[in-house]
Amino acid sequence: MLEIRNLHARLADGGEILRGIDLSVNAGEVHAIMGPNGSGKSTLAAVLAGRDGYDVSKGSVTYLGRDLLAMEADERAREGLFLAFQYPVEIPGVNNMYFLRTAINAQRRHRGEPELDAGQFLRIVRAKLKMLDIGEDLLQRAVNVGFSGGEKKRNEVFQMAMLEPRLAILDETDSGLDIDALKLVARGVNQQRAPDRAIVMITHYQRLLDYVEPDRVHVLQAGRIVQSGDKTLALELEQRGYGVVEDAA
Amino acid sequence: MTASTETLQTVRSLSQEGYKYGFFTDIEAETAPPGLSEDTIRFISAKKDEPEWLLEWRLAAFRAWREMTEPNWAKLQLAPIDYQAATYYSAPKQNVGPKSLDEVDPELLRTYEKLGIPLREREALAGVAVDAVFDSISVATTFKEQLGELGIIFCSMGEAVREHPELVRKYLGTVVPQNDNFFAALNSAVFSDGSFAYIPPGVRCPMELSTYFRINAAKTGQFERTLLIADAGAYVSYLEGCTAPQRDENQLHAAVVELIAHEDAQIKYSTVQNWYPGDAEGRGGIYNFVTKRGACRGARSKISWTQVETGSAITWKYPSCVLEGDHSVGEFYSVAITNNRQQADTGTKMVHIGKDTRSTILSKGISAGRGQNTYRGLVRVQPRAQGARNHTQCDSLLIGDHCGAHTVPYIEVRNPSARVEHEATTSKISDDQLFYCRQRGLSAEDAVSLIVNGFCKEVLKELPMEFAVEAQKLLAVSLEGSVG
Repeated sequence: MLEIRNLHARLADGGEILRGIDLSVNAGEVHAIMGPNGSGKSTLAAVLAGRDGYDVSKGSVTYLGRDLLAMEADERAREGLFLAFQYPVEIPGVNNMYFLRTAINAQRRHRGEPELDAGQFLRIVRAKLKMLDIGEDLLQRAVNVGFSGGEKKRNEVFQMAMLEPRLAILDETDSGLDIDALKLVARGVNQQRAPDRAIVMITHYQRLLDYVEPDRVHVLQAGRIVQSGDKTLALELEQRGYGVVEDAA
Repeated sequence: MTASTETLQTVRSLSQEGYKYGFFTDIEAETAPPGLSEDTIRFISAKKDEPEWLLEWRLAAFRAWREMTEPNWAKLQLAPIDYQAATYYSAPKQNVGPKSLDEVDPELLRTYEKLGIPLREREALAGVAVDAVFDSISVATTFKEQLGELGIIFCSMGEAVREHPELVRKYLGTVVPQNDNFFAALNSAVFSDGSFAYIPPGVRCPMELSTYFRINAAKTGQFERTLLIADAGAYVSYLEGCTAPQRDENQLHAAVVELIAHEDAQIKYSTVQNWYPGDAEGRGGIYNFVTKRGACRGARSKISWTQVETGSAITWKYPSCVLEGDHSVGEFYSVAITNNRQQADTGTKMVHIGKDTRSTILSKGISAGRGQNTYRGLVRVQPRAQGARNHTQCDSLLIGDHCGAHTVPYIEVRNPSARVEHEATTSKISDDQLFYCRQRGLSAEDAVSLIVNGFCKEVLKELPMEFAVEAQKLLAVSLEGSVG
């Protein structure tokens, strides 16, 4: 589903951050990308989602057989790529439900599907909320405005569940959460696991992996993947720290 | 929610079209020779078969105007206006005063259909009575009979002068005197038509009253005059919409609106102004110099202005409330948008005269392209206005790096018990917000439109439903090309 080959990227006004990433993610898989601060985790997420301000100097990314880097950010989204933001953005005055329905209908139109009317939309909302055990309190507020850190992350997971992406990238969705919120995020990810969907979790800590069992774990260090393995790699990192990998690299 | 979807769909289709009201209707018109003199005024007055007192009233205005100079305190840059080059009267040629819609030139009706204003009553939006002003002349007023049964008068100003001279004479110029300012004086001298409404005591007008203004003829100024009176305990909601064809030269629009609210009366006046804004280089577009003022004459009366200003090359407009009655209330809700080279200097005046008078000002300015947007507002509390209160909030939103937003509040308080609050913010649409929306699948333009609508929400919700939808579409169209 996702093939990253020798990807080099830099901030438009800064030094190189990604220095040759290679990564293959197949449909149905859950990957965890771990690494210390400054290793390039969030840059990787930003480049994959098409955020402005980054220059790709070398390498390629193929998504569902297409050149991902040639697509605009909104087109990537409509093609099923979802990014759960590390810092979800506030949009004052825009109702959260309205925002979500606008997004869903933009994607449905792109796929040639009929748009959802208010009733159909509400039924899906209710079902997803129930599945995730999230209350309705977030829905009628403006997008992320005045949300607590935990509420923002819950909202990201809820959006992911509603948009049903092909490829979901979670950028440190677990950071700053208490254990209940962490479990909720994990529940969201576990429920999203599906044979035709891939999930990439970017995380600093091992603790999310107590609740979501990844198929593959990668360690990102100074802009490269320096080690890959199964879930036991995460446990090893937890016990011995990133220094071990640094020594090995 | 369905309406919102429709809105977005329409926005999408509209954004391909640009200024879609830029067509010109080829229609035979009766036009005064260009230039302005006492003869021009006599010509207009004679054309309209006016009584002597009104001619004298106009001439007095003209004499006052000749002694006045254009105001230059606004933050606007414009080429000098040659008042002698403009034409001050242009009327679609037809038998004056059509008795019914069947007598209205079908070409005119088609124009209004293109504008989305169905004059045919059977097609009309339920609950909206429309008076349509084409160039200088009011062409049709709908739902007249139904309104008449309640004693409500809703007609063109010309007709009001003929049929209800005592009301016109009693109120005309009592809120905006002939010599109030340069443009009001000009309007008083040459005003050609406009709308008139009178709501009798205790009557709640059962439908929205609406006027659509359209400038069609070339090199023609439009000077309509609207007079709205809500007698004791009456209520009326009034909508005003404006469009004009696309032309290379600037056209002058200098209107006057006077509102009078008696004891316990309420007037809600909503405007969606979409005059042609000129092209991306700033060629053409309407010069919009408008004086709008409401007098809360009676105790506990209330006047609310809501405006969405998207069009015009130049907007100079300060809908105001004179709060004479004790406990009277004035409100001003405004969205003003400037894109390309549009300039807007707009705001309000709240003059507190009576005791315990209250006013609220909520202004949202959006600047994109090279647009310049100025909020200019005066809050004045007179010595007798014990317990007066005002709250003002001015928010500016910038899109891009070449536009400007300016806030110029004037506060004059002469009563120590008054409480006046002013808040102002300026923000930019952030790259983060745009990226967040786009990551969810919205195109860049839809994202801007969504963010801007969110920014304006508190104002848009003050508009009647049909108007709110139209206003949302307009915001999107006006911002076209502002990102990317």
